[in-house]
Amino acid sequence: MIEPNRQGDVWVVAEQNDGDLHDVGLELLSKGRQLADRLGVRLTAVLLGAQVEENARRLIQHGADRVIAGEHALLGHYQTNPYAKVIAGLVQEHRPQVVIFGATPLGRDLAPRVASTVRAGLTADCTDLDIGEHVEPHTNTRYENLLYQIRPAFGGNIIATIVNPERWPQMATVREGVMRMPDAAPNRRGEIVRLTPHLKPDDLALKILEHRRTARKVNLKAARVIVAGGAGVGGKENFRLVWDLANALGAAVGASRAAVDNGWIDKDHQVGQTGTTVRPALYVAVGISGAVQHRAGMSEARKIVAINADPHAPIFGVAHYGVVGDLNRVLPMMIEAIKKRA
Amino acid sequence: MAYNLVVLVKQVPDTKRITGEAMRDDGTVNRSALSAIFNPEDLHALELALELRERYGGRVTVITMGPPQACEVLRQSLERGADDVALLTDRRAAASDTLATSYILACAVRKVAAEAPVDMVLCGRQAIDGDTAQVPPQTAEKLGWPQITYVDAVEEVSGRRIRAHRNTGSGWERVEAAMPCLLTVTDQGPAPRPASARRLMAVKKARCRAELQAEVNAVMPDATPEARTAEVEKRAAALAAKGLLVKQWTLDDVGADLAWCGRDGSPTKVKRIQSVVLKGSGFKKVEPTPEGVAGMVHELIEDHTIG
Repeated sequence: MIEPNRQGDVWVVAEQNDGDLHDVGLELLSKGRQLADRLGVRLTAVLLGAQVEENARRLIQHGADRVIAGEHALLGHYQTNPYAKVIAGLVQEHRPQVVIFGATPLGRDLAPRVASTVRAGLTADCTDLDIGEHVEPHTNTRYENLLYQIRPAFGGNIIATIVNPERWPQMATVREGVMRMPDAAPNRRGEIVRLTPHLKPDDLALKILEHRRTARKVNLKAARVIVAGGAGVGGKENFRLVWDLANALGAAVGASRAAVDNGWIDKDHQVGQTGTTVRPALYVAVGISGAVQHRAGMSEARKIVAINADPHAPIFGVAHYGVVGDLNRVLPMMIEAIKKRA
Repeated sequence: MAYNLVVLVKQVPDTKRITGEAMRDDGTVNRSALSAIFNPEDLHALELALELRERYGGRVTVITMGPPQACEVLRQSLERGADDVALLTDRRAAASDTLATSYILACAVRKVAAEAPVDMVLCGRQAIDGDTAQVPPQTAEKLGWPQITYVDAVEEVSGRRIRAHRNTGSGWERVEAAMPCLLTVTDQGPAPRPASARRLMAVKKARCRAELQAEVNAVMPDATPEARTAEVEKRAAALAAKGLLVKQWTLDDVGADLAWCGRDGSPTKVKRIQSVVLKGSGFKKVEPTPEGVAGMVHELIEDHTIG
């Protein structure tokens, strides 16, 4: 067990695989920056890999004060045990107060292994982090400057705030796409601490026989405008209208779980708790009732237009514009109006 | 070569099917009104274990931790073909976070391993109530075993090695690991078989002691505690004779150190729970007419939402 270290840094574990830095690490630096400034400590990024120099510089440019960069040939392709061993060792040595990981498949494989090794608490899939005080009801003990780990639970029907009062570091995984990626500042300076972890082939518990990366067909996270269809669209042919509106707007096409489950559109397009979390400038929800699981993935959009035949659909609860009507009539009207302005 | 397989399963509220009855007037969900189900991905883990047993021989033991009513998922496991099941139920385990839960489950796996070495633990990727996916990797760490997460197929098991296909989210990997190891299985894993009608009839009377106690309390409300205990023992002995008494373990039975269990063993504390309110107001109503829609599009262009 690690005692709380109130001078400890805020750490962001930056995700890389085969040399590619994942966006989520950069996104976490923006929130990490806020937390570190509130606490008056450094923001440190932890990066492992076979070659780390270039990615370490990017982490500094995106807000890290310091990068602990572990370089080893055995760390090029990610696998659980060597990564967990190195990061847990660093945590025990440096005693950061906060450690955050991306809640990607890789981060969700790694973070619990690290947390268990150092016997620390870990909160999964946070959508927000904050600093605040806490009074433990059982002991009436007061704690200052704890990390609030805020996450949806129970299928998105509740929002829980979790704290780790006494057993540190305070660790969390954070969903991709919910934090804004900071702009790179090419001239930003920081410290790069290079180290070579002691690893031997025995530390690789897995033999990777073969691996493939499959390119995502759609990049919802990067889309400025998204037109998404749900069960109310009614069928695969009718989904054509959703595509047509998206084309008119230069938008990406999203979908609710129902539309994906019905086989109308590929799972890559799914928005929501089990799909992608998006925060576009405009989200047009077509025939989407707005189950909490879906809303968890899109309610941060700057403007939301809901088009639904059911005036009581929960999607209207988060909408800025609501059109109650038949999408077969409303969508062509919208396409027409968009074409006219050009 | 036969393998000794342990499957860790959970009974969960059906958070994916929120019906009208489970909704309160204020738009929040009444969690206690949701029906309890076998966690969906755990069914895939169980199916994978059963298929491995059919291919290579061996034994499948299913363990769950929860209140006495969680015994239902163990009966469902027996219906599908599990060889043995055990319920870990103990009030002192309440309020365990994922770290404490994984500690307790690792203790339970060690208890099974004390009888015969365990080759593999299989779990669903995550449970639909918490969606954390943390307990399996933390259990693997406590056992000191490798983990293979997000498995959608096991290619082969040969001697002490297993080859599996896993979904990395951005692609896939084929990996090989030495046993013992822990696997988490996704909903792309083998499709769960339905319960066998023959087995369903055979195991429908299976009960754990806590369930027998509740049944006896209901039918003997005025009896003394001693009389009730005697009745529970009588019923338990009758079930045991037919092989239908479900093992029931406490934290002491699995050798757990209480300092690592329950509230005391959990570093994370819930500070606050807010119900998500499904009702809302304050959107601009747009008439479903060409004029109404054009007006909205105009506003979206004016404020640079679309350009």
